[in-house]
Amino acid sequence: MNARPNPAFYALLVALMFMALGPIVLMVSNSLKLNVDITSPTATLLFTPTIQNYETALCHWLPYEPEHVRRCDRTFGRALGNSLIISLVSTAITLILGCMAAYALVRFRFMGRQVTSLTTLMVRMVPPAVLLVPVFGIWTFQFGIDGTIAGIVLIYVAMNLPFVIWILQSFIVQVPIQLEEAARMDGAGPFRTFFLVVLPLIKPGLAAAAIFTFRIAWNEFLLANALADRGSRTVPVTIVNSLTEYDIDWGVIMATGTLLAVPPILFTLVASRQIITGMTAGAVKG
Amino acid sequence: MLANANRLTPYLFLAPAAAVMAIALLYPIGYMIYASFLDWNPSQRIGEADWVGLRNYANLLSDAAFRESFWVTIKFAVLVVSIEMVLGVGLALLLDRELRGMTLLRTVFILPMMIAPIVVGLVWRYMYHPTVGTFNKVLNDLGLPSAPWLSDGNWAFASIVIADIWQWTPFIFILSLAALQSLPRSAMEAARIDGATGWQLIWHIKLPLMLPVLIVTALLRLIDAFKVLEVILVMTNGGPGLSTEILALRISRTASEFRELGYAAAMSNLLLILLLFLTLAMFAYTKLTEARAARLAAAKEVEVG
Repeated sequence: MNARPNPAFYALLVALMFMALGPIVLMVSNSLKLNVDITSPTATLLFTPTIQNYETALCHWLPYEPEHVRRCDRTFGRALGNSLIISLVSTAITLILGCMAAYALVRFRFMGRQVTSLTTLMVRMVPPAVLLVPVFGIWTFQFGIDGTIAGIVLIYVAMNLPFVIWILQSFIVQVPIQLEEAARMDGAGPFRTFFLVVLPLIKPGLAAAAIFTFRIAWNEFLLANALADRGSRTVPVTIVNSLTEYDIDWGVIMATGTLLAVPPILFTLVASRQIITGMTAGAVKG
Repeated sequence: MLANANRLTPYLFLAPAAAVMAIALLYPIGYMIYASFLDWNPSQRIGEADWVGLRNYANLLSDAAFRESFWVTIKFAVLVVSIEMVLGVGLALLLDRELRGMTLLRTVFILPMMIAPIVVGLVWRYMYHPTVGTFNKVLNDLGLPSAPWLSDGNWAFASIVIADIWQWTPFIFILSLAALQSLPRSAMEAARIDGATGWQLIWHIKLPLMLPVLIVTALLRLIDAFKVLEVILVMTNGGPGLSTEILALRISRTASEFRELGYAAAMSNLLLILLLFLTLAMFAYTKLTEARAARLAAAKEVEVG
């Protein structure tokens, strides 16, 4: 193509990056400001960073007592713990169930890929808002697991399974069947073949699936809001709750928002290639 | 014995996943369809709710607020998808060249999609804030009056559209860039040798070749646009008035504020049917293009053979 690209393209590139990053940087920098600095009419780029907002949010996890916190509000600290447990457990369960199902569908071929890809698409289309009413009703009146962490984990596992099965299928297809035949020849049963031969070979696929699952469980608000009670609230729920208050404490809210954004940002920086693969595969192969 | 075990293995592998999906996904959807025929509030067990037949659906048709929010949803979805398609594909065409920093741009571009919708809504709500918000500060610094970003109906609608464009244009950009880079080089070479200009190349070669991916991308995005909820919930909670109350938000409010679960279920059903059509259209389209590609390949083989 063109030997030397026009410098204007680099300007465009920088402008786009600025636009994409701007709001995120704004949030992080505001989380490091005192409320006086956030609300002051003169916008300043220069301010003395403070971790006060983080201390307020995480006060009950801190070994010391920050002096500016008058009364420690434990809501956020507890929610962070809940969010971590719920996301990690549901990711682990989804991956285990999902890779077994994907393996069965690929290797034993008793249902076509057609059927699974259609179901995946169908389920991908169901908005969480549509699940709201039935999940609330069933969890409360029939299973009696409303307000528990297990209840939230169950719906997250179910929501993520189709996508995980579908993306892992495309990785399992590429594992040479000869390897499995060799393992079976050496006397390994189907379960050992699967866990010791197939799984190690599809690690990249598992990583991509784990990131997508974790992200959805970590970020989800609507169903968690309907199912959680005081003790099992997740971070998104607490953020929305504190936004409805009359006097918004912007500094602390920005700090909690930043904490909520940290894991997805880390994943993106570490595994952007896998994420893009997962995203493009979802669209291009439908 | 062994043969029997072998025949059972796939079911053993599949059973846990199938069970979870049946209990927590298919059952709730069936339950919702049933609930849409009931007059049901959250303090009742479903068995105590009265069967009202199609009354919920009939009420929906005459409910002005529902019609308004349906219209807002369609307007929102069509508007954001078309703007994002133009911007995303345009940027992809512009930046499809050897540039240093493209990998970085792609990484940076996924961030808005990866972070929680709640956080996206939070940041934008701050930026739109009437007094402390970034946009009004900038306007004031330039000597312009403040704008009613979230407090006037039309402005609020535009504001949620802008936030969605910020969040999702990268999705279309990344997908169309991937599509562009997988186009056959030979067609482009041939066109260039025939003296096609840059625009002609784009109009007559690149866009037609990308079309299948673009259509699937647009449909995917359209389906997702009907599901947007959290960003809008945090920014405006549907207001002012009903100006930004999209359907998903209306469902959640009907269920939790107005406590009419049956009515909310009927709304959910309508939304689901709408999305079902979009999904089936997308599936049919991909099957169609695959079939055509297969036919072309077969025809080529016949010619060569």
